[in-house]
Amino acid sequence: MNLVIFSGPPSSGKTSIILKTIDSMKKRDIKAGVVKFDCLSTDDDILYEKAGIPVKKGLSGALCPDHYFASNIEEVVQWGVKSGLDLLVTESAGLCNRCSPYIREIKGVCVIDNLSGINTPKKIGPMLKAADIVVITKGDIVSQAEREVFSSRVNSVNPKATIMHINGLTGQGAYELSTLLYDEDSQLETVQGMELRYPMPSALCSYCLGETRIGEAYQMGNVRKIELGDDYA
Amino acid sequence: MHRKTKLGKLIESYPFVMGWMIENKLDPEGKENMDLEEILDEFSPEEIENLAMDKAGLMEGLEVFVEQMKSFLGIKEETSVRTLTILPGRDKSGSPEGFDELTIKASEIVSIVGPTGSGKSRLLADIEWTAQSDTPTGRSILINGELPDRKWRFSSNNKLVAQLSQNMNFVMDLTVIEFLQLHAESRMVVDIEGTIYRIIQAANSLAGEKFDPETPVTALSGGQSRALMIADTAILSTSPIVLIDEIENAGIDRRKALDLLVSEDKIVLMATHDPTLALIADKRIIIKNGGIASIIETSEEEKSILVELEKMDSFIQSMRTNLRQGEVLKTINN
Repeated sequence: MNLVIFSGPPSSGKTSIILKTIDSMKKRDIKAGVVKFDCLSTDDDILYEKAGIPVKKGLSGALCPDHYFASNIEEVVQWGVKSGLDLLVTESAGLCNRCSPYIREIKGVCVIDNLSGINTPKKIGPMLKAADIVVITKGDIVSQAEREVFSSRVNSVNPKATIMHINGLTGQGAYELSTLLYDEDSQLETVQGMELRYPMPSALCSYCLGETRIGEAYQMGNVRKIELGDDYA
Repeated sequence: MHRKTKLGKLIESYPFVMGWMIENKLDPEGKENMDLEEILDEFSPEEIENLAMDKAGLMEGLEVFVEQMKSFLGIKEETSVRTLTILPGRDKSGSPEGFDELTIKASEIVSIVGPTGSGKSRLLADIEWTAQSDTPTGRSILINGELPDRKWRFSSNNKLVAQLSQNMNFVMDLTVIEFLQLHAESRMVVDIEGTIYRIIQAANSLAGEKFDPETPVTALSGGQSRALMIADTAILSTSPIVLIDEIENAGIDRRKALDLLVSEDKIVLMATHDPTLALIADKRIIIKNGGIASIIETSEEEKSILVELEKMDSFIQSMRTNLRQGEVLKTINN
């Protein structure tokens, strides 16, 4: 089985890109399945089901979604192997734009859109910088110039990545992406023991444990204060 | 090994490294006498964690980035795409396409016609990807009569194709000047001021109403936006092929727009159902059922129809101008 990890900010077009990409694989008899990770709720599984794609969803609820991803990816891989998939795609929203659930040796794809503004590449952390492939969407609604500036900025924060422009509505470019995602020779059985490309933020403070009250007296553990300068008395 | 070169020297030889530093949140100020390794070593482990910084990735990134930019600047001069050739594949039912070979030369315009969903996007994608019988249509693309360099597929700076789609907008919060400056910088243009001036002039000659260079791009009218996008693509984009998805009617001189693109030695492919535009092209590609059904050369008769159509067009344009200037329209006597 092949495994590909998709991530990207909310509403950047991940689901559309995955749907179009898998659609163009069906003609090549590649059996693909999707596991969708989200925080509170998602209806994307219905979209995948409608398209006849085997799908599971995982909601992290009160946990950090990326930590949840890392704790569950091995089980998800086992589901894919048992279901006889040729390709397993995981989809997760990088919710604070910092983390990346990418794993070394496993293809990582980041989906971002042209509408998010030209300073976005600078703001996104390892989710963008550690990706192997960066897919830029919504190019059909911004000017050619903005598209060029945006992709050159992406290129300067991640020069090693393959940058592709894909139209999630018409699917232009999705076939091309599909050729980069599936490798017949790759026979993945487990991700046990593999490593994340970048550590997740460490956080363990009283609020992680359910504290709701505000004030110094209630703050324990990994707490950091904002620097407000001298005018703060 | 650029990571071992002092920053001051590096920026002197490769000014674009400055932008790279800023995009990667490494303040270059006062670090002229340090190399990248030394600069990165200044960050404490805590800062590195806070900034989600990847030292090894950055060092490798700088090497890759400088090499990419060097080849991008080098390619600029010899990038000329003189011809684009499409070799036939199959339509959706698997039947062979209805042409032998289509070669389009620089400064030529070819229009594409066919109902929605007939396969125009697929054709554009085949060209963008320089297909080698490896896409669903089985088409192949040749550049200058030869198998294309794979750089066209993957380079983010050297895209083969610039695309102007129907519903494009400006979303950046910048004035026209700032916007063009930003674009020119990302294209590594030497004479930025002169280039900006040329683009504004060209855009203003296309738009019905001239705009002030200090106008925010988001405040331009539909016609002015399109004019600016076309002028900018013609003059600033390095992509030798321009794909146009229907230039909208309002507020822009479409004939002049095409002339501008063609005069910059671009190959223009234009999806349209507008007879005036379709007939301006020397040839048109007919798409049916996912394949190219035929290629029609614009005949003498059609060219004479074009003259009539252009008359009607300019008549409508002049009415529009009159309206805008507050005049009362009069019936035509002929």
